[in-house]
Amino acid sequence: MRIVAQPDRCVGAGQCVLVDPEAFDQDDKDGTVIVVRPRPESEAEIARAKEAVNVCPGRTLSLSVED
Amino acid sequence: MATPVISLERTDPYHPPAAHLEILRSDAPISRVQLPDGRRLWALTRHEDVRAMLADPRFSSDRRDPRHPSHTPYVGPDHRQQLIEMDPPEHTQLRRSVVGEFTVQRLAAWRPRIQQIVDESIDAMLAGPAEVDLVEALSLPVPSKVISELLGVPYTDHDFFQDNSAEFVRADSTPEQKKAAIGNLQGYIAGLVQEKVKSPGEDLLSRQIAAGTELEELQALGFLLLIAGHETTANMISLSVATLLDKREHLAALREDPQLTVGAVEELLRYFSIAEIGAARLATADIEIGGVLIQAGEGVMGLTNTANRDPLVFPEPDEIDFTRMARNHLAFGFGPHQCLGQNLARLELEIVLATLVRRIPGLRLAVPFDEIPFKEKGPNYGVFELKVAW
Ligand code: HEM
Ligand code: SF4
Repeated sequence: MRIVAQPDRCVGAGQCVLVDPEAFDQDDKDGTVIVVRPRPESEAEIARAKEAVNVCPGRTLSLSVED
Repeated sequence: MATPVISLERTDPYHPPAAHLEILRSDAPISRVQLPDGRRLWALTRHEDVRAMLADPRFSSDRRDPRHPSHTPYVGPDHRQQLIEMDPPEHTQLRRSVVGEFTVQRLAAWRPRIQQIVDESIDAMLAGPAEVDLVEALSLPVPSKVISELLGVPYTDHDFFQDNSAEFVRADSTPEQKKAAIGNLQGYIAGLVQEKVKSPGEDLLSRQIAAGTELEELQALGFLLLIAGHETTANMISLSVATLLDKREHLAALREDPQLTVGAVEELLRYFSIAEIGAARLATADIEIGGVLIQAGEGVMGLTNTANRDPLVFPEPDEIDFTRMARNHLAFGFGPHQCLGQNLARLELEIVLATLVRRIPGLRLAVPFDEIPFKEKGPNYGVFELKVAW
């Protein structure tokens, strides 16, 4: 499973960082998302990735199950 | 059937208007309604529908169109659009230029300074008589001082800044007084920007100037930052404290486990959802939302306070539950305009609540809860005055 981001949609609200600061960070200049840990492993990490996808106001994030 | 008239006015301090909740529970959670002043629009009440609408930029924020539900006759043709009333691509560009100042990481660096500001306000409270209006003593000054420092307002001007911004949130100030206060603040910001051009400092305005932001744009942005986060944050502080002092089991829970504060802030934001008209838009195309076709030129309003009580998303929605950790509430909106200052507001709320609970254990309401003057007419829900004692 992999976290996919489309930074051009990102509104920089940082909700993803609040949900999981180990998986997400924001660019210092324009606030857009940086996925620092794209592959959630444990169940807790996967749950947090799903929550981040759900709360993201820019509909920027998704989970890809293929790779 | 006649279009139902709905009022945005609250009748119960803890709940959105009953008529809004009825729409949510009815078989037409997206309904045509009429506001008391005759404006017709679509009311959206389900969480999923409000999110879908707010995430779709074809629902416009541009209030210059008279059909927009938030249209106000502007002062003049030279009106400069604020960030909050822009659509992409202009909106995206301006927002990207400033949102870097408000990232979770950048704001975390402000924690110690915000703590100091809160402590100073509480020191002042404790030094005086053991009964105060919390709105004046804490709720208004804290966000005002914090945003002043962020923008780079010199310390000596803080009082001027605070007095003028308090003027247009006071219950008894006249429209003329409000207008004068807005004029004072706009004039002040314009001067401050000029000052920063001459002698830049380590602050938001100076960094924006260095990055090449147009000066007029920056004045408008500075003004918006100043007002957007002042009354809103103050209202949330006051409502949160009033709730803790009324429903003391929640206060006890926070005292027992201060770690709950983060969850408490999130839950209180959801529960009150104070920005009553924050999610008004104008459809610029025919768009289907939740099985209903909304036509180009029609106004819509996402009733976020009601959507935040949607039982499909928040089980037992009328219960206050600090352990819910439901971050998907709509108190800060959704989509491209979602509150720019939300993480600053969260930080301020968390620090204020934790510090009050810790430092003034005997805090109590000095008037019965029912007698608190609530701002039930909006446009931001809150309280005008909150007498507390200890
Ligand atoms: C508890 C406090 C607050 C609440 C409830 C709140 C609520 C909101 C809401 C609902 C919106 C979206 C409006 C829309 O969709 O048209 C918004 C936008 C905005 N807020 Fe806040 N806000 C708060 C605090 C702050 C603070 C502290 C600041 C600044 C320091 C701030 C600055 C802004 C700005 C600049 C926008 C416009 C963003 C854009 O259009 O891209 N707010 N706020
Ligand atoms: S939550 Fe979404 S919009 Fe916000 S910073 Fe993260 S990816 Fe961007």
